[in-house]
Amino acid sequence: MPEVLRDYLRSPPAVIGLALLLLVIAMAASAGWLFPRDPLALAGRPLVWPFQNPRFWLGTDNSGRDIAAQIFHGARISLLIGLVATAIAIAIGVVIGAVAGYCGGAVDTILMRVTEAFQTLPNFLLLLVLVVVFGSTITTVTIAIGVVSWPAPARLTRAEFLSLRNREFVQAGRVLGLRDARLIFGEILPNALPPVIVYASVVMAVAILLESALAFLRLSDPNVASWGNLIGLGRDVLRVQWYVSAVPGIAILVTVLAVSLVGQGLNDALNPRLKRR
Amino acid sequence: MSAILTLESLGVRLPPGADRSHALQDVSLAVAANEILCVVGESGSGKSMTAGAIMRLLPRGVAIDGGRVLFEDRDLVRADEAEMRRIRGAGIAMIFQEPMTALNPLRTIGDQIGEMFAIHTDLSKAAIRDRMLGLLEEVRIPDPRLASRAYPHELSGGQRQRAMIAMALALDPKVLIADEPTTALDVTTQAQILALIRDLQRRQGTAVLFITHDFGVVAEIADRVAVMQHGRVVEQGPADAVLDRPQHDYTRQLIAAVPPLAAPPPRALSDTSVLTIEHVSKTYRTGGFLGRGARVTHAVKDVSLRLPKGGTLGVVGESGSGKSTLARCIVRLVDPDAGSVMLEGTDLAGLTRAEMRRQSRHIQMVFQDPFASLNPRRRAGDLVAQGPIVHGTPPARARARARELFALVGLDPASADRFPHEFSGGQRQRIGLARALALEPRILVADEPVSALDVSVQAQVLKLLGELRQRFGLSIIFITHDLRVAAQICDLVAVMKDGEVVERGLVADVFGAPQHPYTRALLASIPGRGFGVARPVATT
Amino acid sequence: MRILALAGRRLAASLPTLLLILVGVFLLLQFAPGDTVDAMMAQMGGGDAATARQLRRFYGLDLSVPAQLGNYLWRLVRLDLGFSSIYGKPVATVIAERLPATILLMTAALSFAFFFGLVLGVVAARGVGRWPDTLISTLGLVFYATPSFWFGLMAIVVFSIYLQWLPAGGLEDITTAGTGIWRTIDIARHLVLPTLTLGLIFLAIYLRIMRASMLEVLNLDFVRTARSKGLDETRVVVRHVLRNALLPMVTLIGLQAGTMLGGSVVVESVFSLPGLGRLAYESVIQRDLNTLLGIVFVSALLVIAVNFVVDLVYARLDPRITTGT
Repeated sequence: MPEVLRDYLRSPPAVIGLALLLLVIAMAASAGWLFPRDPLALAGRPLVWPFQNPRFWLGTDNSGRDIAAQIFHGARISLLIGLVATAIAIAIGVVIGAVAGYCGGAVDTILMRVTEAFQTLPNFLLLLVLVVVFGSTITTVTIAIGVVSWPAPARLTRAEFLSLRNREFVQAGRVLGLRDARLIFGEILPNALPPVIVYASVVMAVAILLESALAFLRLSDPNVASWGNLIGLGRDVLRVQWYVSAVPGIAILVTVLAVSLVGQGLNDALNPRLKRR
Repeated sequence: MSAILTLESLGVRLPPGADRSHALQDVSLAVAANEILCVVGESGSGKSMTAGAIMRLLPRGVAIDGGRVLFEDRDLVRADEAEMRRIRGAGIAMIFQEPMTALNPLRTIGDQIGEMFAIHTDLSKAAIRDRMLGLLEEVRIPDPRLASRAYPHELSGGQRQRAMIAMALALDPKVLIADEPTTALDVTTQAQILALIRDLQRRQGTAVLFITHDFGVVAEIADRVAVMQHGRVVEQGPADAVLDRPQHDYTRQLIAAVPPLAAPPPRALSDTSVLTIEHVSKTYRTGGFLGRGARVTHAVKDVSLRLPKGGTLGVVGESGSGKSTLARCIVRLVDPDAGSVMLEGTDLAGLTRAEMRRQSRHIQMVFQDPFASLNPRRRAGDLVAQGPIVHGTPPARARARARELFALVGLDPASADRFPHEFSGGQRQRIGLARALALEPRILVADEPVSALDVSVQAQVLKLLGELRQRFGLSIIFITHDLRVAAQICDLVAVMKDGEVVERGLVADVFGAPQHPYTRALLASIPGRGFGVARPVATT
Repeated sequence: MRILALAGRRLAASLPTLLLILVGVFLLLQFAPGDTVDAMMAQMGGGDAATARQLRRFYGLDLSVPAQLGNYLWRLVRLDLGFSSIYGKPVATVIAERLPATILLMTAALSFAFFFGLVLGVVAARGVGRWPDTLISTLGLVFYATPSFWFGLMAIVVFSIYLQWLPAGGLEDITTAGTGIWRTIDIARHLVLPTLTLGLIFLAIYLRIMRASMLEVLNLDFVRTARSKGLDETRVVVRHVLRNALLPMVTLIGLQAGTMLGGSVVVESVFSLPGLGRLAYESVIQRDLNTLLGIVFVSALLVIAVNFVVDLVYARLDPRITTGT
């Protein structure tokens, strides 16, 4: 593991990504302490430009709410939704991919048909359907994002399992008399997981983008400080007070960039070892 | 004889962080017209790097530092890129080990051969086509017209290599560099390709730099030999001199490691059989692409064999002969469609998965690839202890036993805490053996256990296998494509072709007086048949 | 011909997938609070329970769920997608009106992303580790991280409000109502920003894949063969690497067709384009479930159609597909 860490820290983009991610995490952690008040409560005059009033250094939005407070609290929401939705997607994806890849045959065919169906249906459209049916509280939105994001990790896990299943060390395990469960969890999964974990960064990036898009369309939970909500709100005053939309957009960009850079850094740090074997 | 291509104290530097500073150091070689110079060495000797350096096609970060490469009085080390491009293909051409990957999969054979003329000549399209078809005819590809329109995946391995040779010889190059051109081929195809290279070389007076790891091939084809070790040429001279009277220790060691085709005196065999295989068949049905053209492959067809107690039965054959599938049927990695595998009264083929798991302690397997056969995420000691633990041995005792086994297979017991990637290929194969022996099986199924190893390591592992066989009273089924190896380790041998056993018997009988035409062809194809010093593998 | 038969078989294989989607979404929508009749009553400003019951009987909503599903599928076979109470028109008509804008937008965005992704990916791979690669790869990462709707809004601020170069929304300018070539130019001007907005993230994805795939192919044996034949680097890339490197990218287009269609929901909303995506958004807001289900069906058909074309292109590029291995 220290070797991976050393390889990771050697790449400047990976280090920048990690720094950015730590920054976003720090924002989320300090939100309650720096902005103890409800970020969605009226704070002052509406549409104060940034850097005009020291109380609202990022300005206020059209309803007079502090933008800085919403950005800091929004970091919590984005990270939370990103992490939980990713965990859901990866969990479903790994189980389905592992079962399909290991069992093969009819089980594989059926599971892959279902995966295909999920991929044929535009994921954002499915997200809309889920929101229509189950409403748009933060819990349902998070679960819905997780549910529409599992096919790609499932395919990846399946591909890994298919290639590992017939690798000689797995056959050796079978000849030794290992049970299927031990082969799956003890032999194959630890070797199949690293690329899936790296891919989780992609899932998380997409999850954050999906939530912000949903919030922008005012289909996400209106009672939480979400960056996408703020961008949607700023749209009404885009002609003049464009900063209301611009600021939260930059926050999303930085967060997604950080997650992607960390993922890529992890990938690069894990891969040369695999090549060297 | 004046040399066409001369290397003068050539050095090639590796990027920082590699396991050594130089891939080549002070390499001096010369090839004359109408001569085959074999550069022979084990993996990591720098023999392939020599070819790259001559062509100035070295991997990123690897560079020539010092020395000269003289080709027709020009120093290629100092030639500019445009001049090098004119020489590549036209002056010095090259063929490679794996003809499948060396050809572009998306373009036809004819197109890729024709490209040679398109780059280096002003010939018209029609003229190129004629020349291309002529070349295909010259390398004796059946139906050149059809072959020229085919894509690489539509030809057999041998035909692909013929196409590669046609491409390389398109512009009558002065020098042909052949980098292990027959290593990926079956032995009968190898013999044909070697004959073809030799024939074309004689006819056109080409100078050939032939890179190989196989002394049999050297004995078959070389006029002169250069032996390389760790990036240096340790010995060179006429083929007879180097092969019969090697001067350098390393050359002697390498030659001594080549197993001779003649079998050692037979061992006494028990009358009782420990394993009886009867009428085993396995058929594969591939769905084809999307259910189109489903194909049926009879991988194993009605095979019956008997393994005497304490004996070693070799199963030999070329790729696709079904020998590996048979091995997997015996240990039930593959479920046979029909037939029985009797292990002392139990039919392994008829057991349920759970029953087979219990029987697995009696029959173990050793695999071919020392890299792929060990889980990279487990420590070596745990890999060896895993089997006994699964079968109920207390973990502490299993680990202690694993350390004993490490000593037994010639590994440092202290290294049991290391991960597989910290071992060399030969050491990994020893770990694989220890893992199989940890269950104290009665039967060992070894699937090409030494094929991925360098010849000197191969000899050591074979010797170890011989000793262990004696010590544990093991009965072994030994799968191999290498008849030399089979001759050394096996008591009995079965020759497989297209899923069927075509001939079987004592090794000395089968190899000494083959009955079946295929066995005869197989034996006749082995390069450098008479080469190799007789020497027993195990003390009997 | 063989290619067509092959792709046709793939097409047939996607029928069960389509059925799975339809049944799944239909059943899912049964859980939605409120049905079409509720939406209609709300539209009419309320009504009594008797009217509602009557309407439900008229639309077959009083039947059991399996019976409704059977009815729906049977109507689908006859290409009848039902009636949209909100628009007062058959769903098929509503969708047909909106489809052209979306297809236009998707084609434009896909071409943009594919072309520039290809070029930038090749340039980055050729100069791997040097500044063009660093610049392009960094841009790719930033593009990937940019929320498309935000990029669209910012583009409107810069190009429509500040510079006033391009229109901020709509598909065409109704006030000038040009014909022929003028109308085409007008529509093209309206599509510039939406195309950039939708295509940006795919540009980032394609360039990354193209770069990786180029680097991988450049390391393959046959590239060494090509060099040993005396080909110069440009010809090596054009004649040997490019086509091989394109294969993963072509596959990706098929895999991402759905994602792109999903992205158009947001982009069409930002630029007020009268397309399928915006229709989906509107029917969600207005709880027009019949229309939503119709959109799901048509979207799936669109994705399947894109994949059909992708299969054809792939089989054309790779002879191993049609002649077996």
